[in-house]
Amino acid sequence: MFVVSLERVADVTGEPILALEDLHRSFTVRQKIGRVRRRTKVVHAVDGITASIQPGEAVGYIGANGAGKSTTIKMLTGILVPTSGRVRTCGYDPVPQRRQLAREIGVVFGQRSQLWWDLPLRDSFRILGAIHRLPTAEAKARTEQLVDRLALADLLDTPVRQLSLGERMRGEVAAALVHRPRLLVLDEPTIGLDMISKERLRHFLVAERAEFGTTLLLTTHDMGDIERLCDRVLVIDRGRLVFDGTLPSLAERVALQRVLVVDLPEPSPDLQVDAASHIGSDLDGQRQRLAFSPKETTAARVLAEVSAVTEVVDLTLEEPAIEDIVRTLYGVG
Amino acid sequence: MAELSAIEAYRILVGSRVRSQLAYRTSFWLNVVTSICVGMVEFLEIYAIFSNVPVFGGLDLRQAALVFALASAGFALAEVVFGQLDTMPTYLRLGRLEVMLVRPMPLMLQLITSDFQLRRLGQLAVSLVIIIAVLPGLHLDYTPATVYLLVITPLTGAAIYAAFFAAAGGLQFFLIDGAEFTSSFVYGGSYAGQLPGSVLIMPVRVLFTFVFPATMTAYVPALLIMGLPGPKFLPAWLGWFAPLFAAWAWLLAWMAWRTGVRRFTGAGG
Amino acid sequence: MVSLGGDSEKVATVRTYRLLAAAEFRRYSTYRLAIFAGVVTQSVFGFIRISVLFAAISAAGGTLAGYDERSASTYVWLGQALLAPIAIFGWIEIAERVSSGEIAVDLSRPVDLQLAWWARDLGRASFQLLARGLPPLLIGALTVGLALPESWTAYPLGLVSLIVAVSISFTVRFLVNLIAFWTLDVRGFVGLYIVVVGPLCGLFVPVHLFPEWLQILAYATPFPSMLQSPIDVLSGRVLDAAAAAVVASQLAWLVGLVGLARLVQWRAGHRLVVQGG
Repeated sequence: MFVVSLERVADVTGEPILALEDLHRSFTVRQKIGRVRRRTKVVHAVDGITASIQPGEAVGYIGANGAGKSTTIKMLTGILVPTSGRVRTCGYDPVPQRRQLAREIGVVFGQRSQLWWDLPLRDSFRILGAIHRLPTAEAKARTEQLVDRLALADLLDTPVRQLSLGERMRGEVAAALVHRPRLLVLDEPTIGLDMISKERLRHFLVAERAEFGTTLLLTTHDMGDIERLCDRVLVIDRGRLVFDGTLPSLAERVALQRVLVVDLPEPSPDLQVDAASHIGSDLDGQRQRLAFSPKETTAARVLAEVSAVTEVVDLTLEEPAIEDIVRTLYGVG
Repeated sequence: MAELSAIEAYRILVGSRVRSQLAYRTSFWLNVVTSICVGMVEFLEIYAIFSNVPVFGGLDLRQAALVFALASAGFALAEVVFGQLDTMPTYLRLGRLEVMLVRPMPLMLQLITSDFQLRRLGQLAVSLVIIIAVLPGLHLDYTPATVYLLVITPLTGAAIYAAFFAAAGGLQFFLIDGAEFTSSFVYGGSYAGQLPGSVLIMPVRVLFTFVFPATMTAYVPALLIMGLPGPKFLPAWLGWFAPLFAAWAWLLAWMAWRTGVRRFTGAGG
Repeated sequence: MVSLGGDSEKVATVRTYRLLAAAEFRRYSTYRLAIFAGVVTQSVFGFIRISVLFAAISAAGGTLAGYDERSASTYVWLGQALLAPIAIFGWIEIAERVSSGEIAVDLSRPVDLQLAWWARDLGRASFQLLARGLPPLLIGALTVGLALPESWTAYPLGLVSLIVAVSISFTVRFLVNLIAFWTLDVRGFVGLYIVVVGPLCGLFVPVHLFPEWLQILAYATPFPSMLQSPIDVLSGRVLDAAAAAVVASQLAWLVGLVGLARLVQWRAGHRLVVQGG
């Protein structure tokens, strides 16, 4: 089946799949002062963002809570109209051309479900196939493929409200991909998920991109998601873009460090390790924190070095917080 | 490859809903019984009035029953298709409308197909039964005009009540907490429409004829059917214009809906 | 929930219930737009019902079952005013807590389930009596006119009647909610309850206007004592001794229903099946 459409031609000619030009979105908020009086305040949720994403890219969109990520997502998916500026998604103006755009994109809202709560999972897929007007055979084939890759086969007859969070998110991602969109937008998809579910989802997204060349736009608080899935990062702070580049350059800019926290069998003096720097001790040296740069070494190597010197009873790995990254960036940039 | 036909898509959309309702056998029958009771209970009020007086609003029991049943049929029909809009406040609160905006289907269509309550058919059945029960005793003159009116009235009635549902839906984007406001014309309209319009005191009569044309859903066309004159502001001949009133109601509804959606997407500023 | 203070167990419990009622009062006071919307809707329905009764009364020659226009107006506007406080149309918060399993938390608390929710309902009712009760009466008085009761005893008796009516309504709704312990789909029963209570409590047409067979049916249920009775006492349709008799019959219903509720709650506790995930 060889289909030539204008959109694919656009891929070849280098049209961005997502183009934001000086995008603004403000809200007027009425605040109560005292008992009766009100004051109106204008909140600039998105304050002049310019960026463009090419087809096939995988972009992470990070920022502190309230920085403007969700507002940007709403504007590029057709839910919210910009106050000024221009946005084109897949070549469409999102709000006026909402329905044409909806055929080309898939959206996964981490906090809101697009599945039918009280119906079995398989019904959600059927209904979405019908909403997207996919021929039955095609919908069935595509659904089967997704179900297989996301290990949903046993869950198909379970009502969605009985699924665990991890299972439900896999269902949401599958649902967003039934119609083979060119762009997949995920808004905090891994929030609240356990490590195994996160890894499964990431693995699936990597494979999906590799096979279909789907463009990925991902907002997240989890740096692990970014590391695994994205080759480019956009950082937003208070409505403005403070960084747009590759992950290595972000790491360099911010000197992202991870921290290995080891519990030792008894109080000990500060550990001296080549690969990492000692940044703190608790409990008289029974718990020690070692910071290292993932560019230079791995957690496993640091652990190996520590284990060579002393027994390790327990350990945790801390990731750099998005807030810290943003704060550093904003200070630097 | 051709895309799925609209009919087939609709069938799948509504099919799962229907199946899931049939699966829960006891609650399904309970719902049917309830909906039949609703129809009967509403009629009970008229019946109770007539057990005290022989003539009410210029109509006797049978005539009032016809008005009641025509209005009730129209409302039931409207509810079957558009009744799901009643759940809009909940959907708004849960953020489901944003999820709907990301789908390639008109928002209104998604809302009205988001569920399909089989039990609403129960109310429709009750109204039809009442119509069939009273028609013989009315000794109507079955001219083409009468037959036309008998058939068209529940349909225009449904169109008018459906417009009320749609207008209420549009207003939900503004009302949030104040959702109950829409009951005043949706269920108030249904109530007023089932009564002989002649009993409504003047301000109410004007409200429910020229703003929310509930009296046009059954009473005035029924006057035509039964060959009766009408009270002040509601002459029988207005009944021929019921479709026009339906168009008016839909104009208001469309405006309310559009304004509401624009406000929701921030296009209204 | 409120923690029990250092007083003796008994005093703290009473205080607890008072605090629960006050909290519910405050909670409802925050929904201002909802109140306004409710008042508008009530007024529209009120004027439609006025239309119906006035037309019936005029068709009957000026008086019907002891109602003239003035007293019919009073009946309608009192009905609209008391509709919200008495909460004729059930709510299912308890039922939802049962199906989600949270009810286990409620039942394990030292406060009694029924008494706690009763206290909360009275708190809610007191607020709605002011917020949703006064406006319809005002509208009625300013537009169509209300008839005041002829004896001062109507007020204290009316207050008692009202409190008992709210309590009867609560207990019935509580019982309907408890059905959730026995079946998953309680909404169906709530729906049926709502349909049945409406006409039988005298909301649309005064029970006194019912044909005889329907009156007998209605009085065999507690529903008229939920609305018709307090309206009759407050409007002065029944006075002094007759009013006291009405209140007494309400109390009889209340005692019976509370007894039934205790029994059902006790059985429900045994039957606790936690559902949901």
